[in-house]
Amino acid sequence: MLAKRIIPCLDCDFGVPGGRVVKGIEFKQIRYAGIPWELAAEYDEQGADELVFLDITASHERRETMAHVIEKTASNVFMPLTVGGGIHSLEDARRAFNAGADKVSVNTAALKNPELVNELAKRFGSQACMVAIDAKRRYVRSEEDAGKAIEEGREIIDTREGKCWFECSFYGGRKFTGVDAIKWAMEVEKRGAGEIMLTSMDRDGTKDGFDLELTAAVCDRVNIPIIASGGCGLPSHIKDVFKFTDASAALAASIFHYKEYTVREVKQYLNENGVHVRL
Amino acid sequence: MIAIIDYGMGNLFSIYNGMKKVYDNPMLITADNIPSIRTAEGVIVPGVGAFDDCIRNLEPFSEVLIEVVESGVPVLWICIGMQILFEASEEGKEKGLGLIPGKVVRLPSNVRVPHMGWNNLHLQRHSELLDGITDADYFYFVHSYYCVPRDEDATVASVEYGVELAAVVSKDNVYGVQFHPEKSSQKGLQVLSNFVGMCK
Repeated sequence: MLAKRIIPCLDCDFGVPGGRVVKGIEFKQIRYAGIPWELAAEYDEQGADELVFLDITASHERRETMAHVIEKTASNVFMPLTVGGGIHSLEDARRAFNAGADKVSVNTAALKNPELVNELAKRFGSQACMVAIDAKRRYVRSEEDAGKAIEEGREIIDTREGKCWFECSFYGGRKFTGVDAIKWAMEVEKRGAGEIMLTSMDRDGTKDGFDLELTAAVCDRVNIPIIASGGCGLPSHIKDVFKFTDASAALAASIFHYKEYTVREVKQYLNENGVHVRL
Repeated sequence: MIAIIDYGMGNLFSIYNGMKKVYDNPMLITADNIPSIRTAEGVIVPGVGAFDDCIRNLEPFSEVLIEVVESGVPVLWICIGMQILFEASEEGKEKGLGLIPGKVVRLPSNVRVPHMGWNNLHLQRHSELLDGITDADYFYFVHSYYCVPRDEDATVASVEYGVELAAVVSKDNVYGVQFHPEKSSQKGLQVLSNFVGMCK
């Protein structure tokens, strides 16, 4: 039986020599959490199913550092590796694959040029083409707002906090696109994406748990695997996202980086609570 | 020497690294040194990507590969590499190599496609390739199509994903694995190590 995947995410600053894993709080404050390949080896030891490296560096000298980090990790750790954050072209993707990445994840570049998703899928295969979607709730408080949003082609979701649609953000959460996140998920599936990494901007860094309503809404509308992301602070948050949505994987950063829980502890907890994981 | 065929289909770095963990001297073979495949004690055909691309890119190697298969040298075909062993695929128009009778079909629509992640095997019959592996062991899969061997005996191990599908096949010295041993942690390296053991 296919196991639910637990994916530690390493947000990397490649501006620092050798690279550093960092953890931002709501995409702003930054703290250092370790050396990327050392953390990767630790997570491998603990039974992580996959790793995501997100390049959060602003500068352009990062490319070689990124390649070095991936090479060093891939020669030692035998699980799927995803690189995201700095991928803007087929050439960037090629560089990541040559370094040993198995998948690349695109967000900003895909929103600016949706054809990139088709090109990546065609050149490297759908399995290697992950689209990252950073989604923010936009509540519609009146009937009038709801009508307007529907006219604009928004997918309105009923949540416990009220009706809302979800807006895609890009540039690491600094800018908003006006694009409907759920519609965008359906579009990238058609364009050949093999997987979606779905991050709730409302929950990211809060440790309040995943946005189950967002995750369920996207899972219901696409047939490719969904990785739930943003807000994980407790093992029970991961249990909930697997219990209440059809997410294939859960991504978390801080609960692993600061050794609050090991991946193994989380998986044992999930196993005891009826979630099928690889132990 | 164990040869890894570099025919431009996907991540060679991973399989090369994985092999280096279990074997001293894997050699990448590109289109420039095809004849050296004849001196190999074992051959690995890796791959990710689409069926037709795979067949076309492998074309320059095919003749020598078939010759090596006929000489009895163990050859391990990974993922899309396993799929091209069959006669045809719903994914493409090209003819497969037909080294194992059967076809390749699309995963059913009641499951998410691709089949992506760690899944456990159901062993069907003994093979040296899976020595030390049990039904409780997980391997990393990522594929949208699956192999349907005509002869049931071809299946060494199966996996459940919407249907019970072939995860490992073999016929004489030809071995196919649908999962990625080079991405399947210690158990994956064990399979590669078993293969090395069969190549002497």
